[in-house]
Amino acid sequence: MTTPSSNAAAPGRFGPYGGQYVPETLMPCLRELEAVWLAARTEPAFLAELAELQADYSGRPTPLYRARRFEAACGGRARVWLKREDLNHTGAHKINNCLGQVLLARRMGKARLIAETGAGQHGVATATVAAWAGLRCTVYMGEVDMQRQEPNVRRMRLLGAEVVPVLSGARTLKDATSEAIRDWVTNVADSHYIIGSTVGPHPYPTMVRDFQSVIGIEARRQVLEKEGRLPDVAIACVGGGSNAAGLFAGFVDDPVALYGVEAGGSALGHSAALALGTPGVLHGSFSYLLQDDDGQIVPAHSIAAGLDYPGVGPEHSFLKDTGRVTYDKVDDAEALTAFGDLCRLEGIIPALESSHALAFCRRLLGDEAACARLLATRAAGPDAGPLVVVVNLSGRGDKDMHGDAGAQQDGGAHGQAR
Amino acid sequence: MGRLGDLTAALRAEGARPVVPFVTAGFPTDDACRGALRGVKDAGCRLVEIGVPFSDPVADGPVIQAASQRALVQGMTPARSLELAAWARRELDLTVVLMGYLNPVLRMGSERFAAACATAGVAGLIVPDLPVDEAAGLRASLHAAGVDLVSLVAPTTDAARLQLHAAHASGFLYLVSTTGVTGTGAGAGDGLEAYVARVRAACTLPLYVGFGVGTAAQAARVARCADGAIVGSALLRKLEHIADEPAARAATSSFIGELAGAMAAAGDGTRDASGKGDHS
Ligand SMILES: Cc1ncc(COP(=O)(O)O)c(C=O)c1O
Repeated sequence: MTTPSSNAAAPGRFGPYGGQYVPETLMPCLRELEAVWLAARTEPAFLAELAELQADYSGRPTPLYRARRFEAACGGRARVWLKREDLNHTGAHKINNCLGQVLLARRMGKARLIAETGAGQHGVATATVAAWAGLRCTVYMGEVDMQRQEPNVRRMRLLGAEVVPVLSGARTLKDATSEAIRDWVTNVADSHYIIGSTVGPHPYPTMVRDFQSVIGIEARRQVLEKEGRLPDVAIACVGGGSNAAGLFAGFVDDPVALYGVEAGGSALGHSAALALGTPGVLHGSFSYLLQDDDGQIVPAHSIAAGLDYPGVGPEHSFLKDTGRVTYDKVDDAEALTAFGDLCRLEGIIPALESSHALAFCRRLLGDEAACARLLATRAAGPDAGPLVVVVNLSGRGDKDMHGDAGAQQDGGAHGQAR
Repeated sequence: MGRLGDLTAALRAEGARPVVPFVTAGFPTDDACRGALRGVKDAGCRLVEIGVPFSDPVADGPVIQAASQRALVQGMTPARSLELAAWARRELDLTVVLMGYLNPVLRMGSERFAAACATAGVAGLIVPDLPVDEAAGLRASLHAAGVDLVSLVAPTTDAARLQLHAAHASGFLYLVSTTGVTGTGAGAGDGLEAYVARVRAACTLPLYVGFGVGTAAQAARVARCADGAIVGSALLRKLEHIADEPAARAATSSFIGELAGAMAAAGDGTRDASGKGDHS
């Protein structure tokens, strides 16, 4: 595993962001986790075991697929490559992180895994690696998310995990995370908390990025094979920021324009911590978040349960401030349109989370001036052919089909008949 | 250092084993909360902890979570929590320690928050999601304003970390009784005496045990080995269905009075047995 330069002045810090803001009870355990992870990440036996699991269990490398009909629908100005994380075992990038962390949990002698989940993809991935390793597993999930991502609740239970409904707050990902932390504080002796994104106290943001960097490392190699050069643009959706951090890890030291796409939500609210939030402390780290004047956390909203979170990983806050990554937002309606586009144009049902990245791709490529600017300023030079864009297709959308996304598609074709 | 340290040192010198009640600002109602603080005074307490409600209290169990949520819905804010603290100081001559999560403090700004504490007469601050490793900045602001930052120690805290706490803590050392959130666990688990002795060997500050201490028996057990007991969830549970000031006052003074009595009796026992005050 290689890790891009984090520019961190201190371990666990990305500029001013990051840190370890957790109850004292957890501090010794964070130290142990950091030590075990730092030892493992350069150890050949660990890396070999992880690589074998990635290949034989999860199905890596995932393909880099050129979406020709989608790129035509985007205006024909670019070649659009999808990094097919949806083809991983369990259907999303979340398994990359879980495979790494379950190996660490085993080294620490933990008997039980704890996870929070929004979309259910991280919960399914954690339940999966728990079954694989023979560990007990408890997943916290907001009651609202249990309803809107019901197929994943059944998957987790089938895999032997206990799914605990969370009834506090907005009953979504933030509340599930708080409840998972409370379990962890209580059961820290025998339980490892697999945080599902690049959030939480150090070492999680760096460690999760490390385990997700396989996305960007593969994508870089694949695009070089297929295009003979680096892409001009890479795009990923941002909830906590793990699939984006994984993709960007492959390109952050290259002259590639990076875009992170947050959930713009609807009239009900949004989840755009980077675009519209202010820095503060939530769930263990200092980062941009949605808060009011008194420092109370403001509930987020997104049609995509996996993006419906008022915080974001601390490294993204740093990359926003430095300007290395451009963060923008896509609202519920645009994401739903992109969801439908990909289904009908490519035969691929994307997760609603990933649909935010696809929608942004379409918006960017539809903006003639922006494309002209990208062509003029790109490293390959203005005459190197059309723009080359990589979009991270972080997960598949089966989980979304019975909700708004499924209804919208159905309504489009058969609305009158119902 | 601050007045908190003066008071806890004086209490120790007297051989007192105080019970430190915890109330959430604005819970169960503004009036009943003031009633509870009057009840604290009636029970003979000199030290009280006031919780500043936060939307996402990860160190708290269901009782304090619910109390915080209700107080927020009823309009409690950090600024109004500080006003309540000032009132308890002024009207009741209580020494107040605020317990609040980090984000509202950062939102106000460490220096502004420290100054507001000083103005309100707050003696100390407890921040459950700020470990000693990250506390230097806030501690400096508080100390400049004459306010103590109370350090929390847990059963998982090892010898090296105890040294860190001993080097930085002031006022008293808060011993989290079990690995867990507030209001859960036995409050004085199997290893309590050994745990307190281990911390005592590393740190000279008075040791106050909290998280899950809620019965007279538990409080007495704490009094036999430590210097004080902090009682939160058990008190809030008594207040849940009360809305008016006199009832909250009576419920608090009777419950806290019972715990204080049990602690005093247990503390006297230790003094009689050793022939002198434990720490004189
Ligand atoms: C498919 C998919 N993509 C993206 C996300 C957002 O998480 P992150 O920003 O950590 O990649 C989720 C979260 O549940 C997800 O399931």
